[in-house]
Amino acid sequence: MAAPQIKFDATEERLATLSLPEGGWSASARRDALARVRAMGLPHARDEYWKYTRPESLVQPEPPKAALFESGETPIFEDVDRLKVVFVDGVFDAEASDDLSLEGIEIERLSESSADIHWAKDIYGQLEIAGQTPVERPLAALNAAFATDGVLIRVTGKASKPVSLIYHHKSETSDAMLHHCVKVEKGAELTVLENGPAAARFNKVMEVDVADGATFHHIRMQGRDHERRAATHIFARLGEESVFKSFTLTANGMLTRNEVIVELTGDNAVAHVAGACMGDGDFHHDDTVFVTHDAVNCESRQVFKKVLRNGARGVFQGKILVKKGAQKTDGYQISQSLLLDGSSEFDAKPELEIYADDVACSHGSTSGAIDEEALFYLRSRGVPQGHAEDLLTLAFLAEAVLEVEDQALQDEINSRIEAWLMRRRTA
Amino acid sequence: MLKIENLQVKLEEEDKQILKGVDLEVEAGKVHAIMGPNGSGKSTLSYVLSGRDGYEVTGGSAHLLGEDILDMEPEERAAAGMFLAFQYPVEIPGVGNMTFLRTAVNAQRVARGEEEMSSTDFLKEIRAKAKELDIDAEMLKRPVNVGFSGGEKKRNEILQMAMLEPKLCILDETDSGLDVDAMKLVADGVNKLRAPDRGFLVITHYQRLLNHIQPDVVHIMSDGRIVKTGGPELALEVEENGYGDILSENA
Ligand SMILES: Nc1ncnc2c1ncn2[C@@H]1O[C@H](COP(=O)(O)OP(=O)(O)OP(=O)(O)O)[C@@H](O)[C@H]1O
Ligand SMILES: [Mg+2]
Repeated sequence: MAAPQIKFDATEERLATLSLPEGGWSASARRDALARVRAMGLPHARDEYWKYTRPESLVQPEPPKAALFESGETPIFEDVDRLKVVFVDGVFDAEASDDLSLEGIEIERLSESSADIHWAKDIYGQLEIAGQTPVERPLAALNAAFATDGVLIRVTGKASKPVSLIYHHKSETSDAMLHHCVKVEKGAELTVLENGPAAARFNKVMEVDVADGATFHHIRMQGRDHERRAATHIFARLGEESVFKSFTLTANGMLTRNEVIVELTGDNAVAHVAGACMGDGDFHHDDTVFVTHDAVNCESRQVFKKVLRNGARGVFQGKILVKKGAQKTDGYQISQSLLLDGSSEFDAKPELEIYADDVACSHGSTSGAIDEEALFYLRSRGVPQGHAEDLLTLAFLAEAVLEVEDQALQDEINSRIEAWLMRRRTA
Repeated sequence: MLKIENLQVKLEEEDKQILKGVDLEVEAGKVHAIMGPNGSGKSTLSYVLSGRDGYEVTGGSAHLLGEDILDMEPEERAAAGMFLAFQYPVEIPGVGNMTFLRTAVNAQRVARGEEEMSSTDFLKEIRAKAKELDIDAEMLKRPVNVGFSGGEKKRNEILQMAMLEPKLCILDETDSGLDVDAMKLVADGVNKLRAPDRGFLVITHYQRLLNHIQPDVVHIMSDGRIVKTGGPELALEVEENGYGDILSENA
């Protein structure tokens, strides 16, 4: 079925507001990306892949205004020894950032890497292209064409501390596009932390190349700014015996679409993608995940949990594709929602597509209310109802939170969740 | 201590009367046992007393230490001193046994206007009590009742009771599913808690448990009523002759 003309008109309207950064090593990648955007057209409400999430506000020429929000609380990761890289409304802030030198790792600002040849040439827009089949992700191509800032991280050893990307939001109308490239070389290790609302509208792409025997951990907090809208993509390519683990906690947000596209290309690689989110009222959160097994004896896990109340909406589209020859694949996928009242909604589209015969893949999706039996048991021991509900909610989210390996971070994430629940309870 | 008068209860969802006028009084310091055929309403009585949803009280009253408990929330009853050891303890994946118990102990203390227990004191106490009940420290770290054997679940109920130090303890078939040694541990645990200001209501099918936990009074429940009350010898009579004689006597 041909896409409606209206979709291409909307695409051109959006493109008219943007200009392609000129010169440097990324110029041809950007031109190619723009051609892809024109060929695909930006997402439209009638697109199958956007069935549960309305893309209009992500596509329209100007972002809807987003009120600024100051919680006054200690920002997350404050106690973590890390290298801070700060962006304000999508622009790198050198003053607020740490010195970008760290042993075993090279960090450069995308907008300042103007040489003609750069290692990132093999990654920038390239992992994204690979991730455009079999499903199109036009917002990622748009980003590859127009991203104005971001970081290029190359890791050659074991990074001595995590790189922490912090996104401040200071203008009600900011429209930010960031593009990060990460190359974790053979046997190297890196953890990337991300937090902050970023902008009124945020389009972010991170392309991650995890070489043989390398490890990449990613922990992201999408904080409490409610009016922000975000479309993010992570494209990861995994080499032999490499490890990729990504966890995202999202609290609030009128529109969040997090896509994670992982390709296991080397034998014995491991990919875990997990997310926990809590939403109230006009909250909309979409996790769209695509894991491709293209090597032998790889393991993948997708664990997504959503707590929804007061009309909040959760979406999960998750796929495991096992290519021919990807024998001994161990694939697991679970998506669950806890509906704290009758007005919330969860749409899940779990998919398995398998072309190898010796694989073990399982998937499940559920949607349910608080377990009344468990609730009564807790209350009969003296735990007040609200508190008992919080305990059960935390328990519901636990399988996702447990995907975070670092115990201190796990504790911090749990305490953030508890605080969110407590605020709702006493509101 | 616990005073139940003419308590009548039906199911909320169905037009089914389950308790048809129960009269029962448990005095402080005493152990009362309830026996009775399957389906006679013993568990229902224990659930109604602890405040579970799904039942409608159509008549009568229940007071704990002079307080009308039937309008109280389950957690308020717990703070007032009510404890039910469940016939079927509930599994709660994702909630650690230890976290759960510490939360419960402190919630009750806060509700009573008492100071919270420090984590060191709590740890010390729970370790000691778990040991007495032969509960492995590993089990305390696991999620509540998940993967516990039937007997382990029952012992876990008694551990909770020992930590919460309630005023009125209802034990619903705590002996079922226990091996001989576990039964003795559980009975010892209960006996240790016997005190002049504490009452017990022990629901059981077997005289065996009552050899270990000597009851002061034995009641027979049938079809939603207490139909006979006597001393420990009543349990022996049931053990020997079944309920037939007692029930026909009352027919
Ligand atoms: N929620 C319910 N829905 C339908 N019937 C119920 C419900 N709760 C209790 N009943 C019925 O009420 C009656 C009493 O049940 P109850 O569990 O109190 O019996 P009991 O004396 O504890 O039996 P047992 O010795 O087998 O444990 C039974 O007929 C039971 O089927
Ligand atoms: Mg029963």
